[in-house]
Amino acid sequence: MSNLAKALNSARVRGWLYQGLFLACALAVAWYLVSNTLTNLSTRGVATGFGFLEREAGFEIGESLVSYSASDTYLKALAVGLLNTLAVSAAGVVLATVLGVLIGVARLSSNWMVSRFATLYVETIRNVPLLLQLVVWYTIMNRLPSPREALEVVPHVFLSNRGMKFPVLAEHAGHGWVLLALVAGIAAAIAAVRYGRRRREATGRPFPTLPLAIAAVLLPPVAAFVATGAPLAFDVPELTGFNFEGGGSVTPEFTALLVGLSVYTAGFIAEIVRSGILAVPHGQTEAALALGLKPAQILRLVILPQALRVIVPPLTSQYLNLTKNSSLAVAIGYPDLVSVSNTSANQTGQVVEAVAMMMAVYLIISLCISGFMNWYNRKVALVTR
Amino acid sequence: MSKDTRTDSTTTSAGATPAGAIPTGPVQPVTWAASYEEEPSQASVPPQPGGMTALKPFGWAKDNLFNTPLNTALTVACLAVLWYAVPPMANWLLLNAVWTGGSEICREAAGACWSIIAVKHRLIFFGTYPYDEQWRPFLACGLFVALLGASGVRAFWRPWLAGVWALVLVAMGVLMWGGVFGLTYVANDKWGGLPITLMLSVFSIAIAFPLSILLALGRQSSLPAIRTFCVGFIETMRGVPLVSVLFMASVMFPLFLPEGVTVDKLLRALAGMTLFTAAYLAEAVRGGLQAIPKGQYEAADALGLSYWQKTRLIVLPQALRIVIPPIVNQFISAFKDTSLVTIVGLYDLLTAATVATTDPEWRPFFAEVYIFAGLMFWIFCFSMSRYSQWLERLANRYNRR
Repeated sequence: MSNLAKALNSARVRGWLYQGLFLACALAVAWYLVSNTLTNLSTRGVATGFGFLEREAGFEIGESLVSYSASDTYLKALAVGLLNTLAVSAAGVVLATVLGVLIGVARLSSNWMVSRFATLYVETIRNVPLLLQLVVWYTIMNRLPSPREALEVVPHVFLSNRGMKFPVLAEHAGHGWVLLALVAGIAAAIAAVRYGRRRREATGRPFPTLPLAIAAVLLPPVAAFVATGAPLAFDVPELTGFNFEGGGSVTPEFTALLVGLSVYTAGFIAEIVRSGILAVPHGQTEAALALGLKPAQILRLVILPQALRVIVPPLTSQYLNLTKNSSLAVAIGYPDLVSVSNTSANQTGQVVEAVAMMMAVYLIISLCISGFMNWYNRKVALVTR
Repeated sequence: MSKDTRTDSTTTSAGATPAGAIPTGPVQPVTWAASYEEEPSQASVPPQPGGMTALKPFGWAKDNLFNTPLNTALTVACLAVLWYAVPPMANWLLLNAVWTGGSEICREAAGACWSIIAVKHRLIFFGTYPYDEQWRPFLACGLFVALLGASGVRAFWRPWLAGVWALVLVAMGVLMWGGVFGLTYVANDKWGGLPITLMLSVFSIAIAFPLSILLALGRQSSLPAIRTFCVGFIETMRGVPLVSVLFMASVMFPLFLPEGVTVDKLLRALAGMTLFTAAYLAEAVRGGLQAIPKGQYEAADALGLSYWQKTRLIVLPQALRIVIPPIVNQFISAFKDTSLVTIVGLYDLLTAATVATTDPEWRPFFAEVYIFAGLMFWIFCFSMSRYSQWLERLANRYNRR
């Protein structure tokens, strides 16, 4: 056998050969695509590069968390879009988790009627496309009466086709102190919980963690509130002319998107919570009972730590899904990242840059969320050896 | 699943212990096991004379609706909701509804206006397809749904099923495009509604499936260049929203092609959806690959099989059987996701429904149209999810043996 044949027969050499071939093909395809794109762009007279980010955007954005005007740059416009995406995603994650846990627990309820209601919810919501649900929510928001005939759902909370108006706390110097006291209280509660756990693990004696933690969180802000003279003035929305003045407000687009995303994702989270709790074997509960633990202790010390281990990984992907699904905002006119990128791409013609930036930003958000949840998952996983 | 838990709780709480039976063995019926929030005391096992109470309605209601104060309160709350919600809903949906006639009658009536569906159903189902030719997409969809149903039957899981699929797809192409057998030609920018939704979802899954196997194998490969490429592709696609992939497909693909070559909107959307679905499917397939015991790989190596022989004969047949349920689940999400093509200007079921609601004459009756479109999606998705649950039970039974 010649040397060449021997070399070709070795797995290592062939591995290198295959990889070389693969890389050559990939590079050839990439070069072909890039050269086509460059030719196409130059024949259309479109500039390349990210220089456009410094130029004036020239379009208004419906709602923004920071001040923005049409004379700001594209970079700022995209940042506004990103902030809007993050805002609706963060609010959606919280709302969907609360709703999802409630419904998941309801599905496991021993009450037949409650569990049927929860099942009906899950089976309906999960089997209808999110986009359809969003369009329905948005149509409902748009066909609400005008501000003059706004629905007053609860006193001083108005729902009209301009969105939702609600009272907000009028600003007062005392609020800063209350907030500071709350932060201090939370820190104290965390310290108490940690100390309690260490002492329990070291000595086996129980520690009144929960009452102490609640007291630590609640008492300082209340004290601060009273000490600063109980500043409780509300800025209430009032109907003046054709629209409301004062109070806080959210746009119909934001409301529709937030409600749609939360309701849809909650259906999936409910199933995750349910399967997580069911995944803890009955024997665990029996063993905990045999040890003489109380029901609340069983839930907190035995069931939840094990259920969370099952729940957290799929929950992460639901949070990611919710964030990615917030891009459907473009269909109902909420100015999120996709919508702003799309407008920028249409105005400048630099679609490649716009799409690439959009994808990169979503990738970074996804990596951050999964990084955080992986960290949390490791913490939870440690509980059970 | 939910059914199982329910029967569990009824039997353990009511039927399992006959009255006076002294639990002797270590195995005892545990009432509290089904719901952790409840008081786990033996007192919550009510004495059951004869052990037959579970069959009687009062006993059943007592066990399942009024067994604790909390449950009683919840039941009363649910009944109140039903009492206030059901009569108006029934009135609106059925009793006061208008089934035929023009929009004037609907505006007078207090109930739902189902005549909008009677008037607009052709638009919702088939979009802008030429009106006189709409029997063609109807027949195509019928063939398609029938074959989809038949593919779910285990007895038909034979090699010839692939042949039947190929035949039906060709028939569908002939029906939709026409231009042969005396059928007039209909360009695919006139297609719309249900055929678009069905075809995009099935084709994207069908093309993505082989691609996903390659990607999953590549991700498990020992060759770093190939592994890096596959991981990069899969993670990128899974990290970005489908909307952005569809935008990429609709605006960037034309730039990638040499001058003068154009690909139509439908194909571009299909390409985007396929790449996206392939990444998700690849992760499902990887799950299957990882579930195969290492001994199988080693045994194949010991037999002297080459990589492709090992993959084709040993690994994939076992791995793919495991991943059938996740593939069906992926199909359900692809089916729902096809509604996003409306964002890049394709005319699917949802776009058609939205267009139907914008007719000024019928503008007030958007709810009816969306309920109808939602029901269409729901029927497909719900039946497929039930099917996937059945498949999972089947797989479990198979594995246990």
